[in-house]
Amino acid sequence: MLLFSLILVPFAGSLIAALMPEDARNREAWLAAGVTLYGLFVAASLYPEIAAGEVHRHEFQWLPAQGLDFVLRVDGLAWVFTMLVLAIGLLVVLYARYYMSPSDPVPRFFSFLLAFMGSMLGVVLSGNLVQLVVFWELTSLTSFLLIAYWHHRADARRGARMAFTVTATGGLCLMAGVLVLGHIAGSYDLDVVLASGDLIRAHDLYMVALVLIALGALTKSAQFPFHFWLPHAMAAPTPVSSYLHSATMVKAGVFLLVRLWPALAGTPEWTWIIGGAGVCTLLIGAFAAIFQHDLKGLLAYSTISHLGLITVLIGIGTPLAMVAAIFHILNHATFKASLFMAAGIIDHETGTRDMRILRGLRHKLPITATLAIVAGAAMAGVPLLNGFLSKEMFFSEALLVGSERNWWMSMAAVAMGTFSVAYSLRFIAIFFGPLATDLPREPHEPPRWMRFPVELLVLTCLVVGVMPAISIGPVLDVAVHATLGANTPHYDLAVWHGFNLPLLMSVVALIGGVLFYIVLRARFNLNAREHTPLIYRFNGAQTYETVMLRLTSGAEWLLKRLGTTRLQPQLLLMMIAMMGVPLLLAGMPQHWTIIPRQDADPLFAAIWIIGCACAVAGAWMAKYHRLAALTLVGGTGIITAATFLWLSAPDLALTQLMVETVTTVLILLGLRWLPPRIAPKELELATPRRAWLHRSRDLTVAVAGGLAMAALTYAVLIHPASDTISSFFLLRALGEGGGSNVVNVLLVDFRSFDTLGEVTVLSIVALTVYALLRRFRPAAESAGIPAQQRHEIDPASRQTPAEQANSGYLMVAGIYLRLLLPFLGVIAVYFFMRGHNLPGGGFVAGLIFAVAILVQYMLAGAVWVENHLRLRPHRWLAFGLVLACITGLGAWLFGHPFLTTHTAHVSLPLLGDLHLPSAFVFDLGVFTAVVGTTMLILVALAHQSVRAHRLPGDEPADTGRRAS
Amino acid sequence: MELVVAISVGVVFGAGIWLILRPRTFQLITGLMLMSYAVNLFIFAMGRLWVNRPPITPDPGIDPTQFADPLPQALVLTAIVIGFATTALYLVIMIGARGLTGSDHVDGEEPRE
Repeated sequence: MLLFSLILVPFAGSLIAALMPEDARNREAWLAAGVTLYGLFVAASLYPEIAAGEVHRHEFQWLPAQGLDFVLRVDGLAWVFTMLVLAIGLLVVLYARYYMSPSDPVPRFFSFLLAFMGSMLGVVLSGNLVQLVVFWELTSLTSFLLIAYWHHRADARRGARMAFTVTATGGLCLMAGVLVLGHIAGSYDLDVVLASGDLIRAHDLYMVALVLIALGALTKSAQFPFHFWLPHAMAAPTPVSSYLHSATMVKAGVFLLVRLWPALAGTPEWTWIIGGAGVCTLLIGAFAAIFQHDLKGLLAYSTISHLGLITVLIGIGTPLAMVAAIFHILNHATFKASLFMAAGIIDHETGTRDMRILRGLRHKLPITATLAIVAGAAMAGVPLLNGFLSKEMFFSEALLVGSERNWWMSMAAVAMGTFSVAYSLRFIAIFFGPLATDLPREPHEPPRWMRFPVELLVLTCLVVGVMPAISIGPVLDVAVHATLGANTPHYDLAVWHGFNLPLLMSVVALIGGVLFYIVLRARFNLNAREHTPLIYRFNGAQTYETVMLRLTSGAEWLLKRLGTTRLQPQLLLMMIAMMGVPLLLAGMPQHWTIIPRQDADPLFAAIWIIGCACAVAGAWMAKYHRLAALTLVGGTGIITAATFLWLSAPDLALTQLMVETVTTVLILLGLRWLPPRIAPKELELATPRRAWLHRSRDLTVAVAGGLAMAALTYAVLIHPASDTISSFFLLRALGEGGGSNVVNVLLVDFRSFDTLGEVTVLSIVALTVYALLRRFRPAAESAGIPAQQRHEIDPASRQTPAEQANSGYLMVAGIYLRLLLPFLGVIAVYFFMRGHNLPGGGFVAGLIFAVAILVQYMLAGAVWVENHLRLRPHRWLAFGLVLACITGLGAWLFGHPFLTTHTAHVSLPLLGDLHLPSAFVFDLGVFTAVVGTTMLILVALAHQSVRAHRLPGDEPADTGRRAS
Repeated sequence: MELVVAISVGVVFGAGIWLILRPRTFQLITGLMLMSYAVNLFIFAMGRLWVNRPPITPDPGIDPTQFADPLPQALVLTAIVIGFATTALYLVIMIGARGLTGSDHVDGEEPRE
């Protein structure tokens, strides 16, 4: 649990930080520091266990069906990285507190930073490879957010996008690689994978896994040819750069390689892929760094080169090289973090990072200058500093590569050493000479605590450089033992190894670097160089942009060719697929058992002749005669209801009949807002050939679809029914559901959860309709009163609907229909009450009741009805849903699952013994919700007619008169 | 009986397909209504055709093979009510789109030809 909190607390802190006010700089910093300190404390408490060589594991069930567990695993390597992430994190938080300006939105910064820290810890502590990839992608995502922190700047957005695209694509490769690796090893558990190194290396898929994982690690660690994203990521605020590009993000790649070393390394492929990428990166990075003009740009390329150095060491892959790699990871983190921070201080104090302008800063920033010079010397590999030690180890490993005659690796190493001395000199040159006069700001020393992280880091560089065995020795030992296990070599962390070849190489590199720098300054006019000589043509960023552009335009082209936003082609394809795909998938049944067919009743056939005629005629009329089409479609609906009744489904018949009524009224209310459409024949226009072509095509599809559907139905109907769960319901409805109407018992008892969902959907639709109609603006030509209602001959044009019903030509109908209301109410109650045993129930009763009220609306108009009847459909709806839910929850009181029906037996004086199942109350909720829904939809539509007249340009006297 | 039901389902469904391929929103909504009748009937017919055997059980000791299948009926009842809700939603979108775009074409704009 303690281990889990290590990851959880940064994410929780991130959430809290995001919610803090804009100007809470101090509180934010305290929060972030507190989170980090907590992590450090937890990690430190694990040290005794780790130092003893134990592996601390903690597992949670994650996806047990897939054999995946959420595993947290700390061994020496993970522990050292955890400490590194947290310790540098703490210093960065402190530094950021002073670096960020009061106008920057700090909550976002600290929130992202903590989330990044949590993701990074997740990568380091994962004991499961899939889980590691998840956190890996999280670091890509959070680093994207951090790099794009100043998102108003185009370069920040571009850099962030580039970094994200490259690292996340690498992450996907890594995911694939991990899956292959897990397939080979038979488990994604890190311990299993690490233990099956021989199996993995001998497997046919080894090469696939290696290349994919290498792609992931190399993109993350900015290795050639993917190194181009790192310099562009320098658009991030400096605390971000110093955190991401010294100790964390880019180190994730090399961490992964070290982590998987026992499983993957030791083959020529490993050395060639990893080592080859490393050598290229190390030379290109170091060379390019010399020719940068931006302080951070120089540091970025230097970072690339140092990561290349680490990668080469991992590529060499001997145990001693691994020691050197881990050692250099730690050393690089300390001096590079301090250099980034120093660069940030200089930027902060002078207003520029351009090395062509910066000069003589030691006069104004003496302490910062000293610190930066020491850190720069560590970067160059000057003796008595930590950078020297690991570089010396690198030199001696480089000597071992190849045979006596093959010196290329040593050459590359010395060249890299020379370059790094040159760029370090370029960096520290800004402190010497006369003070620049054209600085944007007058420089002075930064606040005490802004400099403190740099001081601490530089002190670490010195201490490690002078007394490595005492200071860093035990920590390094823990990490090395965890990685190499039994292969751990004997190594010596002494400063002085006597006169030997590596020392000679160091001396050559130092002197060569100084000379190289002097020559470059004197002869090549370093400050006036626009590009890096020789290699500027190989511009990775340009290639990246070109590829992205091609991809985008290719996608656009494809979309234009294959995609459409038009509905008709999509529906046509869907219909064709609906007919074609099942034909391709389904085969003929093995043997046909045909049941005897029932004789067709002539009356049944006759009503369906009418039904089919209605459907076809409705389809014919729908374009130019909407009212006729609606009536005809309604006819088919009535025939459908009759069929349900005929074929032993009285509940369906009732529901279909009521829904038919309500739907027709609904569409009638909508018709008024559609534009008039007159057949071209009446206008004596010719139909274009194209339209005829389309129509014959659609007709073919429609006929084919109809035939397919008919054939399918017939094929099913002449086969005996298979064994289903229906008999279960039939046998238990009365005994256990307490009702003889099985369909109703199914709805309110056996499948009541489904019904609850359905009622909820209904309510959502009703509210959506209501919300959509609040914003409804009719088209200009249908805003006024329709022409039919304006004619003077029509008495309706002079009276409101209420007047028509009270004293006008609708008086007879008015009296009769108002009398109908209580009767319909009684009928609704009747159908509701008997629903459990005979056809009826909440749905039907609700619809009947809604129709009863609807009739009143149709008769006398919305204004009159609402003046006399206070209906609040929203409340009906809410009450119904609450009632249904409470009934369901009531089952919990009796210790049953949600919505279990409970039957109470009550004895009432007049009515006698009553079975009162809770399903009854549930059905009441359904009833209420259905009434609310139907009313809400129809009333909202009806009100549009009242509202529309209030549009400007209409006479105000007319307002509300013609509400229908 | 089977043939009548099968042909009816086919005809109504075919008319629905024809309508949903038409360009006007009102044609689409009527097409969807016709299609939902056909599909409801189809699902209902999966329980086979029973005349005068409604699934209303007078006493617990009955023979379940002598009653119409209640399961497709319950499913279709749900489908009818949900069909009503989607029709309402579609109708409101239809008149809203007509108000917003000034056109009752399914794509919200008149074809260019």
